[in-house]
Amino acid sequence: MLALVVAHLFVSLVLPGPAGRHTRLAFGAAALPPAAALGWVLAHSRAVLSGAGPVEVVNWAGTLGLGFAFRLDALALVMTLLVSGIGVLVLLYAGWYFERGSGDARRSAPLLLAFAGVMLGLVLADDLLTLYVFWELTTICSFLLVGQSGVTRESRRSSLQALLVTALGGLVMLLGFIVLGEAGGSYRISELAENPPTGAPLSVAAGLILAGALTKSAQLPFHNWLPAAMVAPTPISTYLHAASMVKAGVFLIARLTPVLAGVDFLPGVTAVFGIATMLVAGWRALRENDLKLLLAYGTVSQLGFMTVLAGSESYTGSLAVATMLLAHGTFKATLFLATGIVDHQAGTRDIRELSGVGGRLPWVTTVSVMAAMSMAGLPPMVGFVAKETAFETFLGGGAEAAVEVGLVLGSMLTVAYSARMLWGAFAVKPGVRRNEVDPTPAALWIPTAVTALGCLALGVGYPLTDALTSAYAERIAGHEGEYHLGLWHGFTPPLVFSVLTLLGGLTLFALNTRLNRKRELLPVGMSAQRGYERVMGSLERVAVGVTGRIQVGSLPTYLAIILLTVLVVPGAVLLFRDTPVENLRWWDRALQLPLAVVILIAAAGVAGARKRMTAVLLVGVVGYGIGGMFVLGGGPDLALTQFLVETLTLVAFVLVLRRLPARFTETESSRWVRVPKALLSVGGGVFVGFASLIFSSARDTASEVSVQYLEHAEEGTSATNVVNAIIVDFRAFDTVGEISVLAVTATGVASLVLTARSSRRRRHARSRRDIAATSPGTSSGEQGSEVS
Amino acid sequence: MTEHEHREESGGPTSTESWFRSDAPAERWLLSGYSRDSRERTILLELVVRVLFPTVIVFSLYLLFAGHSRSGGGFSGGLVAGQAFVLRYLAGGRLDDSSTFSMRPPVLIGVGLTIAVLMGFLPVLFGGLVLESGTFAFTAPLLGKIKLASNLLLDVGVYLLIIGVVLDLLRTLGSGVEADIAASGEERR
Repeated sequence: MLALVVAHLFVSLVLPGPAGRHTRLAFGAAALPPAAALGWVLAHSRAVLSGAGPVEVVNWAGTLGLGFAFRLDALALVMTLLVSGIGVLVLLYAGWYFERGSGDARRSAPLLLAFAGVMLGLVLADDLLTLYVFWELTTICSFLLVGQSGVTRESRRSSLQALLVTALGGLVMLLGFIVLGEAGGSYRISELAENPPTGAPLSVAAGLILAGALTKSAQLPFHNWLPAAMVAPTPISTYLHAASMVKAGVFLIARLTPVLAGVDFLPGVTAVFGIATMLVAGWRALRENDLKLLLAYGTVSQLGFMTVLAGSESYTGSLAVATMLLAHGTFKATLFLATGIVDHQAGTRDIRELSGVGGRLPWVTTVSVMAAMSMAGLPPMVGFVAKETAFETFLGGGAEAAVEVGLVLGSMLTVAYSARMLWGAFAVKPGVRRNEVDPTPAALWIPTAVTALGCLALGVGYPLTDALTSAYAERIAGHEGEYHLGLWHGFTPPLVFSVLTLLGGLTLFALNTRLNRKRELLPVGMSAQRGYERVMGSLERVAVGVTGRIQVGSLPTYLAIILLTVLVVPGAVLLFRDTPVENLRWWDRALQLPLAVVILIAAAGVAGARKRMTAVLLVGVVGYGIGGMFVLGGGPDLALTQFLVETLTLVAFVLVLRRLPARFTETESSRWVRVPKALLSVGGGVFVGFASLIFSSARDTASEVSVQYLEHAEEGTSATNVVNAIIVDFRAFDTVGEISVLAVTATGVASLVLTARSSRRRRHARSRRDIAATSPGTSSGEQGSEVS
Repeated sequence: MTEHEHREESGGPTSTESWFRSDAPAERWLLSGYSRDSRERTILLELVVRVLFPTVIVFSLYLLFAGHSRSGGGFSGGLVAGQAFVLRYLAGGRLDDSSTFSMRPPVLIGVGLTIAVLMGFLPVLFGGLVLESGTFAFTAPLLGKIKLASNLLLDVGVYLLIIGVVLDLLRTLGSGVEADIAASGEERR
């Protein structure tokens, strides 16, 4: 399974080259890995449905317990069908949607494929940390996909919003994962599901994880990033909505319900958030005039619906959410792809400008009607089957009845905006000029037709769908065979609700124009988007304020703060704890004595130096002296490094000194500044002196670790130099970390210097321009000389 | 301002070309051929450094390879190699284009880091753990028995990264500051 994921990522790494010239070929090639994944999953489907799916664990840092764990179970099967199946179709569609050789195509082909790859990794993951890694990778992929080339301000803002909201949610979720993993003693989801932790840690983990899931699946009040992300090209929106990213939140809840079964607030929280989202977003969808925005709010609304079902922790609810995942994937993909065709061929997707497209694009209209029927929950589509099951879930009294009412109301809105979408895209509207529509290339509508057929096939072939989804629902033990998907269950309450939903929805649609006029009169209430903007704005203000107060830009102040901290925190411990200095010897070798004298003289010289160069050279003497101490102490490696670093520091100092005044500033500061400064520096020096005495005397014999290193260096790493063995072998992980820090620091310092210089240059240039502007004689003279 | 433009301003072989051609160095590696801005050239120093340079580099490579069994290692090796470049710069100045490395310092840093990290993941391909190392011993003609540990590659990464850091230092604080001084000097005139 890891191989499949890696294949996706590998192909996407290779793609950018060819994608520039052979757009269609590149998208065709990009469709191959998802197709392979689809084939592989289908080949294993029989085993998965009987509960024996393949498991794969790749340990990459076994001692830390880190590894990639993948498991193909019933839920993963359902999700993979969506992720890979729709992935293939979207990629084929995108090959014709994007202009040949355009920058968008060049960027989107590898990114979409990478997105499909990380989604595949996400749904197959059986390890919380693996899941988290792929979760954040989807965030990054969507950031890049929504942002596109980042030319327009809107795309930058939207992609940043998507990134911030989902990444912050993801971080909170990571906390939850860690709580869960530590409390349960394992990070494997399958093991946690068998042995879930209990008590307070579980509740805390559930709350944190829910925050991640709700932000990712765009639940209230975080719903706004999703409609904002509509600035992306249509194939990308399709994939984002139908098969990937946003479903990840619902998927996560569905994935973890076996683990979180003991949390009593889970169904309540998901129900409240889900229904609120379903209603608010459905209501918004009725007002939007942009087809994509309408569908986007539709997605948000449907995600609310699925969240309610996923959190329900019942057999029927699980059946409903798995079916709904399939249903939503197929119908939303169809509708988005169809909208893309309308947009592509008619040149607009504004409801107010579209008229008579239906007659020009009969095939697209047909498949859209099929998909919209599924969305509205009409038989014989899979949407109907899923909705019936959902209504069946909450037939009890009390709170369940409230949830049921919410679902029925939300579904009415769904019917209404489904009708509005069809009417808006395809109907002939009086008073609107009919659009010129080019005929559709087959490659664009065939993928659309395939997903639409999926809506129908999954509905008519409900026994097959039932087999697929009940395998997931059966993890709720003791309810097998209680309810099966079907198109006809007799005259049952769900059927009544379905009829009610349809009638209510159509009435809403009929009244919508009048409602919209009324709505404009209503005061604009709370807007999540404005809330987000306000939060971002105040965050920036706070950051500016804090930086302004802390970063005062005075080196003495910074140094004083550092020294004070050192004196107060470890210094206090040194004072109050009994730390004897044992076995104090004045020297080990006679040569150390003159060396120490030299170092001391140089150090005293630094303190008294008036010229910068003198001070630097004397610091160098101190450094080399310490290096000499290392030589005498028998540490050639340490001495070598000390000498080299000292030399380099000296060179760097000398290079910098060229820009600095030769002498230290001579301004006499007042006694109030000078005395504390002196006290602080003397205190710091005394502290360091004593601390090093104590530290070195505390280590009288070799520590256990050193003995181990010495013993194992030769046989373990074949190194006779223990220092090197430690650096590149025993603690190689540290080395990699350290050189990363070094790389970042070096690049950072270089950029700072270069930036400062370029801004100085610009200032110079500006001042020269100003001089030229104030004295017109010279400037005209210059021009004259240029001409001649 | 690129190095190239600068060379022309500061008296390249343009107007008085015949004068320069008579004693222009034929061996590029021996002398840089262009005088530093307006300062005295220290020809002896330049020459010595040029002769010394390969030796120092070889010494740094020795440190890199010897690190496993004697003093040395990627860090000190890289520092020594970096200081060879520092010497070149001190002798030739920023206009001596033979002292510039053909790879830009940030790229070098990146290459070093990449090698080190990839090296860490290499053992996973062979079924090992991250950062696990193996030893290969073989006998080569003339050289005798040679023992190579795979974690030498990690050291190579460190080595390249350190050279990159030193070159970055020279680029920003060395030739950068020098170019600045030159630029502001022009303005004052």
